[in-house]
Amino acid sequence: MAVSNAAPIISTRFAADDGHTLAGYEASRGYTALRKALGMGPDAVLEEVKAANLQGRGGAGFPAGAKWGFLPKDVFPRYFVVNGDESEPGTCKDRPLMEHDPHQLLEGLLISCFAVRAAQAFVYVRGEMALAQERLATALNEAYAAGYVGRDIMGSGWSIDVVLHWGAGAYIVGEETALIESLEGQRGMPRLKPPYFPAAKGLYLQPTVVNNVETLSNIPWIVLQGGAAFAALGTEKAAGTRLFALSGHVRRPGVYEVEMGTTTFRDLVEAPVYGGGIRHGNGLKAFIPGGASAPWLYPEQLDLALDASVVGPAGSMLGSGAVIVMDDTTCAVRAAWRLVKFFAHESCGKCTPCREGGAWLEKILRRIIDGHGREEDIELLLDVGDNISPGPFPHPPLDGQPGVPFPFKQTTICPLGPSTVSPIHSSILRFRDEYLIHIKEGGCRHD
Amino acid sequence: MARLSAESEELARTIIPRYPRSRSALIPLLHVAQEQDGWVSPEAIAHIAELLDLTPVEVLGTCSFYGMFKLHPVGRYVVGVCTNISCLLLGGEELLAHCEARLGIKAGATTDDGMFTLEDVECIAACTDAPCLQVNYRYFLNLTHEQADALFDDLRAGRRGDEVPEHGTLTRVRQRIASERWSGHGAEGLPVPPGQVR
Ligand SMILES: Cc1cc2nc3c(=O)[nH]c(=O)nc-3n(C[C@H](O)[C@H](O)[C@H](O)COP(=O)(O)O)c2cc1C
Ligand code: SF4
Ligand code: FES
Repeated sequence: MAVSNAAPIISTRFAADDGHTLAGYEASRGYTALRKALGMGPDAVLEEVKAANLQGRGGAGFPAGAKWGFLPKDVFPRYFVVNGDESEPGTCKDRPLMEHDPHQLLEGLLISCFAVRAAQAFVYVRGEMALAQERLATALNEAYAAGYVGRDIMGSGWSIDVVLHWGAGAYIVGEETALIESLEGQRGMPRLKPPYFPAAKGLYLQPTVVNNVETLSNIPWIVLQGGAAFAALGTEKAAGTRLFALSGHVRRPGVYEVEMGTTTFRDLVEAPVYGGGIRHGNGLKAFIPGGASAPWLYPEQLDLALDASVVGPAGSMLGSGAVIVMDDTTCAVRAAWRLVKFFAHESCGKCTPCREGGAWLEKILRRIIDGHGREEDIELLLDVGDNISPGPFPHPPLDGQPGVPFPFKQTTICPLGPSTVSPIHSSILRFRDEYLIHIKEGGCRHD
Repeated sequence: MARLSAESEELARTIIPRYPRSRSALIPLLHVAQEQDGWVSPEAIAHIAELLDLTPVEVLGTCSFYGMFKLHPVGRYVVGVCTNISCLLLGGEELLAHCEARLGIKAGATTDDGMFTLEDVECIAACTDAPCLQVNYRYFLNLTHEQADALFDDLRAGRRGDEVPEHGTLTRVRQRIASERWSGHGAEGLPVPPGQVR
């Protein structure tokens, strides 16, 4: 079976005992990329990152270089914020980057701050990740003492402070404007758009770049090897390598770094070096390709490439790099209910369709599972969903197959609301019969 | 339960000036309070409000948004069992039910001896190691029911103190910035504009 052959870029120190220490990092690469970047100057670094076509790894997939380019000219100070709030269900690839390779992240951050002329940087780590906080605090202390962070970095005359910050349990704070609100000491509620990017108005209403942990971890390599070398990996529209968290009913769940564009979901699920196939030789029922928010895909879509421009038209998204595999013993109604419960619980409450709709959707699904479902409940689910994410269901045929409405349309301030609807649509589209069995027989054939 | 101790207040005073606007230190200061007492008391909220020039209600308003801040005392060990999708597929609900039976409490409750608070939690970013749980935000992965039993026995007997500090303590390493290394907000040497955001 064809599997990715590009050498890993960001996971090279995952297995090393001392990869997280400054000594371990200096032994393998050290802050050589930062030194090189300081010699190149900010604009040249920005050009390399643009040339790399490095798409954001946090969920939206926006190219990092282009995002940095949105910063309004001559408006200072500018801030840089690392999004380390990883909490999209299924996703667990930023945590190993913070735990096993904090210096790589810090070096990427420092280079990025230099490129965009940021005044100060904040690393926002998810509250529940105590070890990641310890590793980053240690790494920052080492880097400050060694002269890689703070005043007059490596004698270059350039200075920046990096402050470690952490949250306190709220998924929505991963949304970048909510992250900024939280960093300002507020309740973590997304801001109204426009402005669409914090690059225009972010922290303290100043120009701000928010980037994901994995996105930034790629920057040292890009500076050392050149943007073109990164862009040469994968395909034209999906450059470089990416970490995928493969979970659920595979033989070998794990976090794997693979080449984008040239690797397929089938490689990930079936190759012996990755998933190793479905457990117990069971059949595949469905898989979620990009974290809990993503519409589900089905067995005949396994050969899609790991490329946002391929997965999008197929009716879903690469999202946060989380592939959740469900075998044929899975109850689709129960899986959908658990995802909806999550979004309903994590709704920040700022807009009515999400706050009220999410809670009702969860209750309706719960009563179906508990054997009290009504025949009209399926239509009711779709109707409530339509108030959050309007559009025809199913979507007009795509490649001969009707799909889930995607990309989401929304009546809400942020995409969390529509994410509540995606598991409902995905499960009703393919597994309406399972809903009917629950409703008519009060039970489930998977119990 | 009390206001911040002299030691906690000193720590708070090193954190506040790291931010261009003092209110940004609010969540870190709430963590300092929770580390001191295991929960966030009304007295601590009032003290933090004084330190940041806010009203207690502003502090409470932010505090109550975030699930990790406990506004009432909880167990020495907060056990969070993930039942989200990847764990659901591999026995997360069964693990939670087992913990409920073993500890004799439902999710959301605290044991009578104040040792354990059990929670049914959302994804903790360990999905490839399901089923899993956290104790005071330390991970226990790919857990069998027997391993969970042994873990609780160990914690009760005080055998895992090195691994799992008491509830409230997150990172045991503090960021330290020597004053001569601190650049003072601004590569460009530009001051932060005055005035509050709101
Ligand atoms: C509900 C919601 C949750 C999100 N959670 C995260 C998260 O945990 N981590 C993350 O990096 N991005 C998350 N994002 C995406 C961020 O808003 C933002 O796009 C990203 O941090 C930008 O970084 P990137 O361009 O490097 O990917 C979330 C978005 C939404 C709408
Ligand atoms: S969609 Fe939901 S989470 Fe997003 S702003 Fe509205 S209420 Fe908050
Ligand atoms: S779903 Fe349980 S840790 Fe992610």
